[in-house]
Amino acid sequence: MARRENPEINAGSMADIAFLLLIFFLVTTTMNVDSGVSKKLSEKPPADYVPPIIKQKNIFEVNINRNNELLVEGERMDIKDLKEAAIAFINNGGGDGKVEKGVETGPCDYCSSVRRDDEPPTSKASSDHPNKAIISVQSDRLTEYGTYLMVQDELLRAYSELRNRLSLIKYNIPFVELEESYKDDKQNEALKKKVEDIKISYPQIISDAEPTN
Amino acid sequence: MSKFRKKKKGMPAVNTAALPDIVFMLLFFFMVTTTMRETDLKIDNPRLPSASEVKKLEHKSLVSTIYVGKAKDIKYGSGFNRIQLNDKISTADQVPAFIINARSKVSEKEVPFMTTSIKADKESSVGTITDIRLKLRDVNALKISYSASKSSGAN
Repeated sequence: MARRENPEINAGSMADIAFLLLIFFLVTTTMNVDSGVSKKLSEKPPADYVPPIIKQKNIFEVNINRNNELLVEGERMDIKDLKEAAIAFINNGGGDGKVEKGVETGPCDYCSSVRRDDEPPTSKASSDHPNKAIISVQSDRLTEYGTYLMVQDELLRAYSELRNRLSLIKYNIPFVELEESYKDDKQNEALKKKVEDIKISYPQIISDAEPTN
Repeated sequence: MSKFRKKKKGMPAVNTAALPDIVFMLLFFFMVTTTMRETDLKIDNPRLPSASEVKKLEHKSLVSTIYVGKAKDIKYGSGFNRIQLNDKISTADQVPAFIINARSKVSEKEVPFMTTSIKADKESSVGTITDIRLKLRDVNALKISYSASKSSGAN
């Protein structure tokens, strides 16, 4: 007696076909999310624009020459020391803050509480207030872009470290996490206020001077 | 003795019936997440600088990318300062047209959120970047992002 068997479709090569497609998509896929140092350019000034006069002590000058060397406030510096120097400059609080919409911001009352022990004490020769402190980066046209971006990155790190410290003291949470949680919950007014508060306390003022030739 | 032989014969095959399912699942995942490279790079893939303070670029449709680096074609020289817009090697003067063209593709109320991503090689010179930046400022494209790979903040 012939045995009756269930006729089955041969699915053995199905895996091969699927593998082929899989490998194709594996190769063509690009999963990397673009990331970068974001920056907001200033608007084009009108032709008759007169730049405001800024006190020299409120400007932190960073020059990069064509050999990718740094000159910070007239002195040569290694790129690894730049962050600390910038922090010391921004977080000085030696005077009154700027007048914003008719309201005096007064002296920086949070600067000293944020200061670490190893940082120099407030000096009259450095910036008045974080919201007056301007970092000006001037580079040569022939400076390498990599160095330029490294400097920008160091300066941004200085700001984010200060923001983190202040946020830890005020709200007991690092600024990065504070911002993260605000991003997840955009409706939360209390969080928004906290984020804005920290941002206003240490506004990022980095200006790019016209490069030298 | 015969007992052993019997066992050997009865060696079961591994059931591979579920293999296609697994592979298909992977396949669909990659199909969904895949994005084909839209532009042909006319320059060598830029070696991006690394930075720790990087932000992710959101809304891909609102990002226009400018590449700066060394041209593949030798007739453009071997400097790292060639600019690529869309599919062509261009000059900084063509940046405004490129931006305006990109703007025409999105709705008007999204224009302020448009970002220009500059993907430049480490060895490009700041002068080229400045030229681009000035042109971007001329057309009021003020949000830019210097593309960089993420590095943990080395101290």
